[in-house]
Amino acid sequence: MEKLISRAPAVKIQQLRKTYENDTVLAIKGLDLTVGSGELLALIGPDGAGKTSLFRILATLILPDGGQVEVLGYDVVKDFQSLRLITGYMPGRFALYQDLTVLENLSFFATVFNTSIEANYDIIRDIYVQLEPFKHRRASQLSGGMKQKLALCCTLVHKPSILLLDEPTTGVDPVSRQEFWDILDKLKADGMTMIVSTPYMDEARRCDRIAMMNRGELLDISTPEALIDGFGKPLYAIQSDRMFALLQDLRKYPVTDTCFAFGEAHHVTFKKSIQVDDLRGYLQMQGHHHVDIAQIQPTVEDCFMDQLAS
Amino acid sequence: MSTFKYVLQKEFQQIRRNPTIVRMMLAVPIIQLIVLPFAADYEIKQLNLAVVDQDHSSYSRELIGQMTASGYFQLANYSSNFNEAMGAVERNEADLILEIPAHFERDLVREDGATLALHANAINQVKGGLSQLYAGQIIRRFNNQIRSEWVQWPRYSPVEMVKIEPQLWFNPHINYHLFMVPGILAVLITMVGSFLASMNIVQEKEAGTIEQINVTPIKKYQFLLGKMIPFWVMGMFSLTLGLVIAYVVYGIVSVGPLWVIYAFSAFYLAAILGIGLLISTFADNQQQATFVSFFFVMIFILMSGLYTPVESMPDWAKVIAYANPVTYMIQVVRGVMIKGAGFMDILPFVGIIGAFGIFFNALAVWRYRKTV
Repeated sequence: MEKLISRAPAVKIQQLRKTYENDTVLAIKGLDLTVGSGELLALIGPDGAGKTSLFRILATLILPDGGQVEVLGYDVVKDFQSLRLITGYMPGRFALYQDLTVLENLSFFATVFNTSIEANYDIIRDIYVQLEPFKHRRASQLSGGMKQKLALCCTLVHKPSILLLDEPTTGVDPVSRQEFWDILDKLKADGMTMIVSTPYMDEARRCDRIAMMNRGELLDISTPEALIDGFGKPLYAIQSDRMFALLQDLRKYPVTDTCFAFGEAHHVTFKKSIQVDDLRGYLQMQGHHHVDIAQIQPTVEDCFMDQLAS
Repeated sequence: MSTFKYVLQKEFQQIRRNPTIVRMMLAVPIIQLIVLPFAADYEIKQLNLAVVDQDHSSYSRELIGQMTASGYFQLANYSSNFNEAMGAVERNEADLILEIPAHFERDLVREDGATLALHANAINQVKGGLSQLYAGQIIRRFNNQIRSEWVQWPRYSPVEMVKIEPQLWFNPHINYHLFMVPGILAVLITMVGSFLASMNIVQEKEAGTIEQINVTPIKKYQFLLGKMIPFWVMGMFSLTLGLVIAYVVYGIVSVGPLWVIYAFSAFYLAAILGIGLLISTFADNQQQATFVSFFFVMIFILMSGLYTPVESMPDWAKVIAYANPVTYMIQVVRGVMIKGAGFMDILPFVGIIGAFGIFFNALAVWRYRKTV
């Protein structure tokens, strides 16, 4: 992975600041970030972390208040016109013409970039074949997944060199999400640089690196493997017959460090190494039955929660 | 160029797909032009007359007869009590009271003069004024008639030598439609221009599509022209439809050349679209755009001389009226259609509207750059 980043960076952000409403709301404070050429970077973080602001600055839609942002060697403030020709930005909400058909939307966005669907057919072919049966249907009548595929198709139709995708799969069913990411994998294989924000950790796991943001700051950036390796303490998944009481009892346990409800089990870390049997004894004393304690591999989400907690 | 052509094509396609706009395009001119002039008719016919006759003489009967025979008045109330006649006015049964005092005939014969009183209900000032005027004319004629009857020999000219013969130029029959229809034509294209254009751009803001447009290399002027040209065309279409209705329904044929109206409208629509554009840069959603447009269009129309002549407004209101593009549009359409004004006559107005257009559009484009 190091060799990817050592190549000429596609995005170079230094000390980026962005505020809203006359400096009262701080969206991004002093962000430094470098994205390698051909890299697929996941951007994760809670609501209000500054992800969308970052995307809008990279897409030249809003101006930064401080710092330097270079995309593919172009400055986002001075060279915004050249940059728009080679950037593909897909906003978080569906922003195509609902009253135009699939084909009309596509040819509109091709034409405003002075190109045509035919000229760049090779890059959109994989998505377009899925859309083709509905090409005369209006965008408003497409399913959520199809809408996102159309939006990606429109974003790609001018053959950009970098893709900025702001939560492209939010609210999309799992099958369509899977298909969408298969498309991104293919684009990556073709050498496309991509920055994708996502609320789904399984998607972040598929990226080269994961950048965690919170309150306008970069918490951490590393490969998914390094992120998980860096977790650095044993993680336990614990279940019993009374899950809610279990959460409270675990949090009361003196050596418990963090404890989060996590699907079927609670994920728990401890301040020092523990004896599983001691813990089991404690929980049975609290009246829990069928206590199941297992040490597990941390996931990206565990790392994220851990980072947020610290 | 092909990009711009495609942008235009997209705009037209979207308008065509919007059934409300298409229907309104047809319905608004038809309804405005057919319903409004018929309903808001200033022509005064069948005024209700209350007579207070305290004389009951042959002269008083003669006068009442002439009043009702004129066609302007119908006798609604006849009494010898003023309070009763006033009651009829209060109940809205009478518009004008003609009061004939006691000894009217005797005074006329013996003292060579008598007094009559006319009381008009002036809640509707136009109606009140006109009823006074009509009644005054009838009474004067009656006066001349009895004077000539009395003359035994022509010692001096029996009837008045100086006579006023009113000549109503350009609209000899005071045809209200001829006055109103051209004004409504002007209002019509104002509405198409300001409402529809501002809403359309705001719609792109609401849908978020403007964001997608802004990251494309499309030029601002291409985008804005793409928005304005379809509505410019629609405004011209409305104007044409309005002219056809004016001819078919009211038989109004423009005295002056129609191309002058079109030429002026071309500039006028550009100015109005500039206002629409300006509103759209301030509004974040269609609700706001509608309210602001409505506010301005309302003021523009009321202050335009459509209903009340600008010349009779107080000075401060005149300032507003002359800062209002609709005023000029109405003057031009009326001037050409009724008076037969030519292009050279309206040239100063073209200059004024051109200045309005440059001002509003420049301001709008400047605002647009800043906000988006």
